[in-house]
Amino acid sequence: MVGIVGYGVYVPRYRIKTADIANVWGADPNIGKALGVFEKSVPGPDEDVATISVEAARNAIKYGKVDATKIGAVYVGSESHPYAVKPTGTIVAEAIGCTADITCADYEFACKAGTAAIQTCMGLVKSGMVELGLAIGSDTAQGRPGDALEYSAAAGGVAIIVGDKKPVATIEDTVSYTTDTPDFWRREGEDFPSHGARFTGEPAYFRHVGEGAKSLLRKTNTTVDDYDYFVFHMPNGKFPLSMGGQLRIPPEKLEDGLVVRSIGNTYSASAMMGLARILDIAEPGSKIFMVSYGSGAGSDAFVIKVEKEIEKHRGEVPTVDDYIERKTYVDYSVYAKYRRKIVALG
Amino acid sequence: MAEKGVAQVWRNIRSIYNIQGNVCKTCDTHFFPPRLVCPNCRRKGQLEDFKFKGLGIIYTFTIVRQAPEDFKRQMPYVVAQVELDEGARITAQIVNVDPEDVKIGMRVRACFRKITEYGGGGLIVYGYKFEPVLKVTGHPYP
Amino acid sequence: MTRRVAIAGVGISKFGELWEQSIRDITLEAGMLCIFDSGIRGGDIDAICIGNMSAGRFTGQEHLGALAADMGGLGNIPSYSVEAACASGGAAVRQAYMAIRSGEHDAMMVLGMEKMSDVTQTEAMNTMSVASDWEWEGLGGATFPALYALMARRHMYEYGTTEEQLSLVTVKNHANAAHNPYAQFQRPVPLEVVMRSGFIADPIRVLHSSPVSDGAAGLVMCSEEKARELTDTPIFIEASTQASDTLALHDRKSITRMDSVIISSREALKRAGLEMDDIGVIELHDSFTISEIIQMEDIGIAKKGEGGKVVEEGVTQIGGKFPVNTSGGLKARGHPIGATGVAQIVELVYQLRGEAAGRQVEGAERGMAVNIGGTGATSIVHILGR
Repeated sequence: MVGIVGYGVYVPRYRIKTADIANVWGADPNIGKALGVFEKSVPGPDEDVATISVEAARNAIKYGKVDATKIGAVYVGSESHPYAVKPTGTIVAEAIGCTADITCADYEFACKAGTAAIQTCMGLVKSGMVELGLAIGSDTAQGRPGDALEYSAAAGGVAIIVGDKKPVATIEDTVSYTTDTPDFWRREGEDFPSHGARFTGEPAYFRHVGEGAKSLLRKTNTTVDDYDYFVFHMPNGKFPLSMGGQLRIPPEKLEDGLVVRSIGNTYSASAMMGLARILDIAEPGSKIFMVSYGSGAGSDAFVIKVEKEIEKHRGEVPTVDDYIERKTYVDYSVYAKYRRKIVALG
Repeated sequence: MAEKGVAQVWRNIRSIYNIQGNVCKTCDTHFFPPRLVCPNCRRKGQLEDFKFKGLGIIYTFTIVRQAPEDFKRQMPYVVAQVELDEGARITAQIVNVDPEDVKIGMRVRACFRKITEYGGGGLIVYGYKFEPVLKVTGHPYP
Repeated sequence: MTRRVAIAGVGISKFGELWEQSIRDITLEAGMLCIFDSGIRGGDIDAICIGNMSAGRFTGQEHLGALAADMGGLGNIPSYSVEAACASGGAAVRQAYMAIRSGEHDAMMVLGMEKMSDVTQTEAMNTMSVASDWEWEGLGGATFPALYALMARRHMYEYGTTEEQLSLVTVKNHANAAHNPYAQFQRPVPLEVVMRSGFIADPIRVLHSSPVSDGAAGLVMCSEEKARELTDTPIFIEASTQASDTLALHDRKSITRMDSVIISSREALKRAGLEMDDIGVIELHDSFTISEIIQMEDIGIAKKGEGGKVVEEGVTQIGGKFPVNTSGGLKARGHPIGATGVAQIVELVYQLRGEAAGRQVEGAERGMAVNIGGTGATSIVHILGR
């Protein structure tokens, strides 16, 4: 059965408190409570999607005790690839020791590029085209200074190695729900994205995550009660809980995945990061229901079952919590310097 | 128009991304960067590819406070010589640590970072830097 | 059949930020000064050897050999440059020494020059970095001062050398340069000011570091016979040696000593048939003050690890047992890279001729100059005598 053979994450060390951002713009410093985001991760000046993806992938390989030369496909999903034209995937592949006999591409679909890559790898493995596929969701998201999204746009990456030999968690099924819905976008050449404000709620996030979830429940003939953990894409700490309310999910089943409160929205890594945290702690036999969301718009829904094999792999690489706890605060001026918001510095 | 530095960087990718050097089978000395001739054995040397583990200790370090343009954003940054477990020493930045906390003898591991870029439109050079080894917990069940 | 080589004349421009002068101007100035000092006729110069590190990067001009012969109106004589990073000047002296000693030429002009102030600070820093291992040290952010800082920190760790000791070298060199009309800085600097100056690369501060400078220096070197025709005070080159070490600091067995200096200085003393006690005045290569301390240990005027202590004791001041850098050294005299090796020889000649007013070492009979390239990958040593 196809599943997750190894996984790894990476979150940069720097954090900025949403209260500090609020103080710069004269907004209410208690905004953290309203958004459900208290601090977010900030990439250092020498970090980008390539470096974050490599660190996450190296962790995944070590966790899965995988021979990198057996990886047959590498996909990196992001909305902040370092190059507009030149794949991040090849940099990652070279840095983790893949051979030249791989297929590789970069994916883009706002925040669900990473989960789309998982689906592709599932297909390649199931069809026997590759033995192992590496799917990465990774971002160093940019928020327009002073905009609502500045409080949550964060950086992080998750790498998942898909295979069918002794997975630590099987992926039992997946569906997607996709429509043309312009809730959030960025034109070529623009520094920062634009969005439809409240339009990003009901017609966008909630419709697609909701429909994706219902579609998968129908297909698998299951209900909310059949699952131990739920993880949704986390643009902030409120939307996933709201979604849970609409689907009548007991809030405690969402708690363990809500990393957004401490590190912000890691965009393409968001839902996958919540999944990784659950995999760090869940008992074998647990069932996880994950739905990612990407603006533009679409959702990918997965049913994942934790296997006994996972007990043999824990303790090899830092967990999501290890990365969350490793932190140093920066103030807005250093944040602006690192994130290249100071135009004069180039 | 040909862009500067492309081939120079590309030639070193394998060494820089994965700390791949070589080892002389005759005198059992490890070299990074890889050498074409073993300085101890010269023509009697037998050099083979060798991938370092990426672990070592800080042999010496400095905190740079005046740097060329492309490094200004990172200042103050720490440059160190790391003594790799296999014996070779390597010059690299130390990251993910406050400069005041860096000590000779600190245990570090290699990580993958941006080294520099040739201008806003030019090539990005990636490579090795070192960070203090990170805590790893095996989560107990809830 | 080899013969003795002597210096018949010297010349040196002021060192500093010479905005009004181009590299052609300073080259011509130093050339003319040493020719007039020696009294030689232009037509009797057989060849020119130039020490210069990087005129191509600093000014856009290479092929300085042809330029110098042309600018001086010296006709069709052979003229070329040699490069050994910051030891380019010493390398040029050595080339002329070998050519004259072997009989190939009877009289040569040696010129060392560098024009560093025409480029931006970033370009200057990157150009200086190519004296180290650019690909494996410089590219990753190890600036040239950072490499010496790595040596300084290790020296402090292994031997307890202090920041105050590093700073006392600066105080001494500035005090000496106050009497040197060619020096870039001619005012004494108090210890507290040195120790409060900003960090370039911890523990090296701005005032522990030689400056960016323009300047040129020249020598007229000849066979003994020719020199005695020209002057009553020929100064002989009693030894000229050179040694190499690994390009990158991380490939050295130890970074608290420079094997190239140890080897070349020992060989020079051996060839001259001398001990360090016979040397009355010394020019060392203080690109950074830690370098002067390490060289003191390497040439043997301080025991290993005690260089800082020996500075504290005043041994290297004028009037001490081993006066070092009576000129002010690279720190206070200035460090136009290619000129330095030649400028060190110029100072020794002034000292041995008794012409170093205000900073004269009384009765100095023999002098030693140590000129270093990069972080010690090249060392060139000359011993001069009356």
